[in-house]
This record gives sequence, structure tokens and C-alpha cells, in this order.
Amino acid sequence: MKFLRKIFLGDLWDGLKVTFRSQAPKYIYTEQYPAERPAVSERFRGAPRLNINPENGETLCISCDLCAIACPENLIKVGSVRNPETRRKDLVTFTYDLSRCMFCGLCEDACPVDALELTQDFELAGYSRDGAIWDRQMLEEGPHPQKYQ
Amino acid sequence: MSETFLDANELVINMGPQHPSTHGVLRVILKLDGERVLDSDCVIGYLHRGVEKIAENRTYTMFAPYVDRMDYLSAVSNGLGYCLTVEKLLNVEAPPRAQAVRVILVELNRIASHLFWLGTHALDIGAMAPLFYTLREREEVLKIFENYCGARITTHAFRIGGLYYELYEGFEAEVNAFCDMFGARVDEYEQLLTENRIWVDRLKGVGILNAAQCKDLGVTGPLLRAAGVKWDLRKAQPYSGYEQYDFDIPTRVNGDSYDRYMVRIAEMRESLKIIRQAVAKIPAGPAMAKVPKVIKPPAGEAYVSIEAPKGELGYFMVSDGTIHPYRVHVRPPSFVNLQALKPMARGALVADVVAIIGTIDIVLGEVDR
Repeated sequence: MKFLRKIFLGDLWDGLKVTFRSQAPKYIYTEQYPAERPAVSERFRGAPRLNINPENGETLCISCDLCAIACPENLIKVGSVRNPETRRKDLVTFTYDLSRCMFCGLCEDACPVDALELTQDFELAGYSRDGAIWDRQMLEEGPHPQKYQ
Repeated sequence: MSETFLDANELVINMGPQHPSTHGVLRVILKLDGERVLDSDCVIGYLHRGVEKIAENRTYTMFAPYVDRMDYLSAVSNGLGYCLTVEKLLNVEAPPRAQAVRVILVELNRIASHLFWLGTHALDIGAMAPLFYTLREREEVLKIFENYCGARITTHAFRIGGLYYELYEGFEAEVNAFCDMFGARVDEYEQLLTENRIWVDRLKGVGILNAAQCKDLGVTGPLLRAAGVKWDLRKAQPYSGYEQYDFDIPTRVNGDSYDRYMVRIAEMRESLKIIRQAVAKIPAGPAMAKVPKVIKPPAGEAYVSIEAPKGELGYFMVSDGTIHPYRVHVRPPSFVNLQALKPMARGALVADVVAIIGTIDIVLGEVDR
């Protein structure tokens, strides 16, 4: 039996069976990426976003600087001035250097008011390193990836 | 080595660092006599990022994402080793729920790592089809990771003291579906490779490393088990609740490349067994132990080693009582196992060197750190 198997290339036919079985359309896993964008999971850690209050359009950020302290790469810079009337810090600038970000999610964990959030946007490629440094406006609006048809 | 040209038949060539079969940026200086390898030397360090030094400038929480980037094929195992070490320094233990979830994710990661090894190793040998099938199944594991913690490769899944992410809706069902599907898929890989005459001819008797050599070099993991030593840290020094699960340590006798393939295939099946048992009884309760917000372990040192997919992964950490670790040393399995290349490659053919490098299962991110 073993001899016959060897003569008639039994081991190779076995392998070919697996290959042909996998031709079935239900095994097609290729994603048609630019045409169909994949749905990433709910907890996906992608582009950062600075949330604004939908009611009055003001930022949720309280300039507490905790995200900047938590960041291992030290890439968040929060600029704020103290408002003499409310005796609170008002956010002025917020820069996030996406070129060094490793999407660990520690800034998101540290934020006490859910202002900074890593969203499901994953198309972050750009032509220059400067473009990867996001200012406050960019963080609030989010990226606008080009959609090719 | 280059000055010992004894006669004109000897030739010194560089294999790598851009050679695709070196799995990254490994450079091997081969001294050849025709097709035979007389001697080999590894040149490493092309991917050195100074991870151990980075640790000294980061707090304990901050350093956790960096360990994922050492062995990026089994980032979850790296994270577990790191978290266990800091927990030992802090003298806390993760609650049972966290331990069970950690075991599930680490074993899934072991399967993913072995799958990637199997695919690329088969590709090195010349079998292209297994790569597509193994990556197809690996994708299922990565989807579970993405749903659980939001990242696929560099997961940062665990935090010191337990879990940050709660299990999502349908986690158990997804893992069970993977377990049900995967057993048959391993049979498919075996059908493709185990008896395939080219596969057998290329691997049987290639790169023999016996048990004594393994112990001398400190080689661990599937290489050691393929040489017949029944040594697995999950059984020898159980961590994270491994003592509750019933599984075997697969071993083989010859210690050649083919046996390592068989051991890894069997390990995937054993991992499946562990995952099934762990998913069936994830205990309720808190997922995070009581850990202070600013982690400041008392002065002291700790060494914890776990059984990563590639062998013994150890972390040695010294704390001086501040928020930064005083020193972090990593004992990566790939780095230690890579030493076995020299005795294994001696006398082999050039084409076998590719098979031998593949069979060690190195990740250069971990070798160079």
C-alpha cells in the first residue's frame, strides 16, 4: 500500500486536493480595498480626535495635560491660558505628532473627560512628515482621505 | 574569518541582511567549500532600537506598548511577560477572570505565531500554498484581537494588574467558532506537508540539534522539545493559572527540522485544547487587581519567565522605588535560539541554511531589540 502510494504520488494528490478545495468562492478573503473600505472594529485605535460638545460647539478638553504626561513618546503638546473670569484653563493650541504615535491608547485611557479619542479612521498616509503633525483644527475635524472611484 | 583562506576552494559570502529567507535583517557570513558550509557567523544588530534603555526613561505603564514591538508576531505573550514581572515587583496578582482571559489570548497568539512560522517556513522551502492558508486562519485570530483591544499586531492588550478592556459581546462565541474551525485546518496543513516528499526530503535529518547541545546553548521552546526534552514552563512553573488546564507537552526524538515542524503542529492542537477549557469557564468578577494609579514598586528585583511561542521569554527588572524601572533586561527566546545556527549549519548545504534559519523561528525585532 505504501509502495503504491509512493508510485502514484499519493502525497502530492492529497495536497492538491486541499488546494482545489480552497478554490471555492466562500474561501475568497481578498479585500477590495480602495473600492470597499473595510469596517474596523469598534475599539479600533486609529486617528486621534479632539471631541467637541455637540450642543454648543465648544471643546470638551479641559487642558489638564494628563494625555501629554501619559504619552510614552511625549508627542502631545497642550497650550492653554488661564481665564481670569471662570478661573479655569482654556485650551488654545493642541498639537499631536502623528508621525511618532504608536497608537497604544494610553492618552485615551488618561483623558478624564473623553475629549481625546482614538477613532476608527485608519487612512493616515501622507506626503510629508509635516502633514502628520496635527493641530487643534485638524484634530477636531478629522482626516479627509481622498476617495478614488 | 576572512583571513583564514586556506585554499582557493573556500569562499566567504554574506547571506543577508536583505535576503528574504533570513526573516528580517539577519546577516550570516558563510564560509563555503563548494556547496558545503564550513562555518557560519551571525551578524545581528540591524534592528537594534535600544528597547532596554528606553525602559529606563519611561514609567512602568508607558513601557508596556514597547514590549509588543520586540517579538511582533507574539505581542500578546510579550505583554503578558512584562505585566507579570511588574505585578511580581508590586506583589499583586491578577484576578482569576483576568488570568483566564490572558490565557485565551496568549494561546491564540501562540497559534497565530506558529501559523506565520509555518507559512513562511514552507515558503522558504518552496511550498507556496501553505502560506495563503495559514495567513487565512491567522486573520481570524487577528480579528479576535482587533475586536478585543483595537489592534491586530502590536496589541497592548494587558495592563499591569489585569485587563483594561472588558470582554466584548460575542467573544466566547467567536473564540469557540475559531476552535471548531481550526482543528480541521491543521489537518489540511498536515495533508499538504507532512507526507509531501519534497518537504520530507528537505527537512528530515537537516539541522540536527540533540538534547545535550540544546542544554549547553540554553535553547528552549520547540527546538528543545523536538530533541526529546519534556520542558515547558507552562507545566514546569505554571503562571497565570496554567495549572488548571489539562494539556500535553508534545515532544519528538530526533531533533531535526522535521521534528520541530511536527512539534509545532502538535503545539497548535494543544493550544486549542487550552483555549477550549479556558473559554468554557471564564470566572466572573473584577478584571483588574487593586493597583495604584501611579505604579511605584518597592525597591527590589524580579525575574519572570513565560513560555512564549518561540521559547522561554524572561524579564528581569530592577526597581529602585521610583516610577521608572532602574533596569530592564529581556531574555528573548529568538536571540538565544539563534546561537544554535552555528552548530546546526556546520556541514550542511547552502540551501539547508535557509531551512535551518526558518526552523529556528526567529524574529529579528526580538533578536536585536
